Amino acid sequence: MSLVFAGVCSHAPGITGRAHLAEPDVRDDIVQGFGRMRDQLEQAHPDAVIVIAAEHFANFFMNNMPAYAIGMAESYEGPIEDPTWLGIEKTSVPGNADLSRRIITEVMQSVDVAYAEEWRFDHGVMVPLHFLTPRYDTTIIPVNINCQGPPLTPLARAWAFGEALRRACDDVPERIAIIGTGGISHWPATPDSGRINEPWDRDFMQRWCANNREDLLSYKDEDIYRDAGQGGFEIRTFISVAAAARGKGEILSFRPVPIFAVSCTTASMAVE
Amino acid sequence: MSLYAVQKFLYSINRDAEVQRRYREDRERLLAEMDLTDEERQAIHDGDIGKLYVLGCNGQLLMHFAPLLGMPWADYLEAMREGVRRYGPVRAGIYAMTTGTDEKIAGV
Repeated sequence: MSLVFAGVCSHAPGITGRAHLAEPDVRDDIVQGFGRMRDQLEQAHPDAVIVIAAEHFANFFMNNMPAYAIGMAESYEGPIEDPTWLGIEKTSVPGNADLSRRIITEVMQSVDVAYAEEWRFDHGVMVPLHFLTPRYDTTIIPVNINCQGPPLTPLARAWAFGEALRRACDDVPERIAIIGTGGISHWPATPDSGRINEPWDRDFMQRWCANNREDLLSYKDEDIYRDAGQGGFEIRTFISVAAAARGKGEILSFRPVPIFAVSCTTASMAVE
Repeated sequence: MSLYAVQKFLYSINRDAEVQRRYREDRERLLAEMDLTDEERQAIHDGDIGKLYVLGCNGQLLMHFAPLLGMPWADYLEAMREGVRRYGPVRAGIYAMTTGTDEKIAGV
């Protein structure tokens, strides 16, 4: 078939793990934002959802760090974090090893990618799934980009990776959705947690929605680190989705929430 | 290279129930097996989040070590601030502190 849905969303662990520390109306607003994205995802009737998340040392370490990796298992366990800390119970999520193998094979025609027959989900996948496929009954193909331990893959390669994923989606008979998670500006897991550069986030999302390749790839990592924190490196997942979708984006929800450490965002993009 | 070993220990204990058990029950021997400086060994031994932060441990590793120590979120953030107060600025890595030790950006 082809790509039937494309979107991006936040994956900050505080959204579920520190929900009790947020004002109820803020919490409800964030849940509704994810709900709008879930409605669009469900209307697309995907057979499988590719979730492009960012490295958090759940599966890989700096002894052997792939720039890009794709899961190739029949099922996945998660979350790897303490369930009480994350606010999400441990569960099993269905995969499809055969579909993964076909996608990986096609991606490899233009981008070298690692595959993994074992893969445990962390908040980068589990927080989005908690809201978007809350029964955990949708087939997931997990994808990882190293946005964590430098040297990091260049943004232009993240774009090429998205193009390769699109080609792979077009090549299989299944209906595929693709979701990038992470970002935008944040200083996670540090005393700075809660610092958010809202103007930077709004500008980035504007560029993402316009989906102009040059504008999206013009960021330099040293500027991202200064303006958007180490968490800002995760824009790579958003860039891959833009390259895969090719259309224009629409912001479904956007609200900076310091206790959740990010501008909580959901957005979708036309597939063209 | 030693910071790498500290971080690899955090990666192991975050993922592996057996390492978690040994950290609780057999800490001295577990730490003796690792190639660490005395400062690093002591920081892990004491669960000194502030020192580990200042040494340059990646936040994505440190953040999950804190719940294993029974440390709530607000205490984790404060432990890092206290580490910077006591030991000085973060010495390595990409998780340096950009706010003041008296700031609480998210109110905690």
